[in-house]
Amino acid sequence: MTTLPLAAPAHRHRPRLVDGVLPGFGLAFGWTVVWLSAVVLIPLVALAHKASGLGVSGFVELLHDPRVLSALELSFGAALVAALINAVFGVLVAWVLTRYRFPGRGLVDAAVDLPFALPTAVAGITLAALFAKTGWVGAWLEPMGLKVAYTRLGVVVALVFVGLPFVVRTVQPLLADLDREVEEAAATLGASRAATVFRVLLPPLVPAILTGFTLAFARGVGEYGSIVFIAGNMPYLTEIAPLLIVIRLEEFDYVGATGIACVMLTVSFTLLFAINALQAWASRRW
Amino acid sequence: MATDETFPLDPPRPRALPVPPPIGETAPARRILIGAAIGFLALVLALPLAGVFTEGLRKGLGAYLAAFADEDALAAIRLTLLVAAISVPANLVFGVAAAWAITRFSFPGKSALITLIDLPFSVSPVVSGLVFVLLFGANGLVGPWLAAHGLKVIFAVPGLVLATIFVTLPFVARELIPIMQAQGSADEEAALTLGADGWTIFRRVTLPNIKWGLLYGVLLCNARAMGEFGAVSVVSGHIRGLTNTMPLQVEILYNEYDFVGAFAMASVLAALALVTLVLETILEWRHGDELARSARH
Repeated sequence: MTTLPLAAPAHRHRPRLVDGVLPGFGLAFGWTVVWLSAVVLIPLVALAHKASGLGVSGFVELLHDPRVLSALELSFGAALVAALINAVFGVLVAWVLTRYRFPGRGLVDAAVDLPFALPTAVAGITLAALFAKTGWVGAWLEPMGLKVAYTRLGVVVALVFVGLPFVVRTVQPLLADLDREVEEAAATLGASRAATVFRVLLPPLVPAILTGFTLAFARGVGEYGSIVFIAGNMPYLTEIAPLLIVIRLEEFDYVGATGIACVMLTVSFTLLFAINALQAWASRRW
Repeated sequence: MATDETFPLDPPRPRALPVPPPIGETAPARRILIGAAIGFLALVLALPLAGVFTEGLRKGLGAYLAAFADEDALAAIRLTLLVAAISVPANLVFGVAAAWAITRFSFPGKSALITLIDLPFSVSPVVSGLVFVLLFGANGLVGPWLAAHGLKVIFAVPGLVLATIFVTLPFVARELIPIMQAQGSADEEAALTLGADGWTIFRRVTLPNIKWGLLYGVLLCNARAMGEFGAVSVVSGHIRGLTNTMPLQVEILYNEYDFVGAFAMASVLAALALVTLVLETILEWRHGDELARSARH
């Protein structure tokens, strides 16, 4: 008896550049690349081109300009402080929203996204009005000697508003998925509630908290609209880096504007990579 | 009442054993935590929201409504609608194409492509505007050439549209990619073996599966498109009645101490944000399993 020679699928395991049986790859991929190039890549190349005109010495000079330095320092410093505040309160809010049932919980949960939906200019003028000497909050704080509007504190307040949803929304899903059995085990082994919370429940949340913190920080560094109204915009004092870019542009100092933009972009991209590495690390670990 | 439904009372235990510490917080601790969270949110979220409308109505309803009779205000509203009407559909098409390519095929450089799609989220809005000034401005790379051919991009509507497309580029794609990834391509492949062509597969199989996610992405995209400030402020030139979108008009009125006018315009944007939030919440309640909630930021 002879066996029929099977049609050998010779090309079956040959690695192909593009894999997938559905139609439309050419159109979908082509359009994606064309659109991304036109909208994102080419403009960024224009930025790099302009920055190359600055040269290394130009960048060194730029970073020795005290006005640029203090603007960068304020943008990064205020973003850091605001992200820290949001990390603490974000975990608290996420905890309360996932663990407890109380009237209005659904409403509160939905309201957390407000800073994502509210235009930054609207937030900016409103916060400025609230914290001004005559505003609802300012009238109450200033007699206590706490000036918020037109100070560096005002920048932090604006960034707390803008960055609020990040930590809540990164921690919330993880907190909801946490295994209750783990805390039961900790409790039956005699751990106090505090020990359970801080040594059993919080550690797996750390990558999510760090991710949310980094996202809030990155957003804060580049934030413009919500800050310019409440900050007062005094050079060397309350002038943020994005505003200095706008000022340089208005002075037609394109190279100066590009230089500051490049410093900010470098840091943002580093942060973006940090977030990706963090998430890869977290998914390996948990 | 603050109660912890998921954890009822501990089961009764034999007396001799030591009672283990309770799981969950005591009622007073719960109340303090809930109070602290709500107090913080009231201060950070509710107060500013209430502030927008109160400031707008400070001089009465008449003054509030009069702010909208202004020709420049109406022009700003029209321009905002125009910019959103161009940039949202453009990024909708891009988002669907990108999600189709990324989730239905494997190809080299895919993760680089995803990173690139995410990139506008990590660029400062001001820098997003700046890149277009460097490209199309009077001293830009192609600006002089375009000007010689009678096309003005910067300080004109095309610049506003471009900057808005840049900052809202990731929204639809970021929403669709996780959804389509999770759904897999089995349905579409079945349709293919039954003889459906590509367009039919997309319209009859894919679209019904992703419609709520698509709507969610469009909502986010639209809210940002109408509310964007930093990027459009750099490319707009603030020409009244011509290149001022609503957020830019808010800025101009505010800086001119026309607070009622500024907050009246701002209250329209705030109302838009509230409508967006309500629609988002309805989508999350009704179709939460068809959304990529945790994937967005």
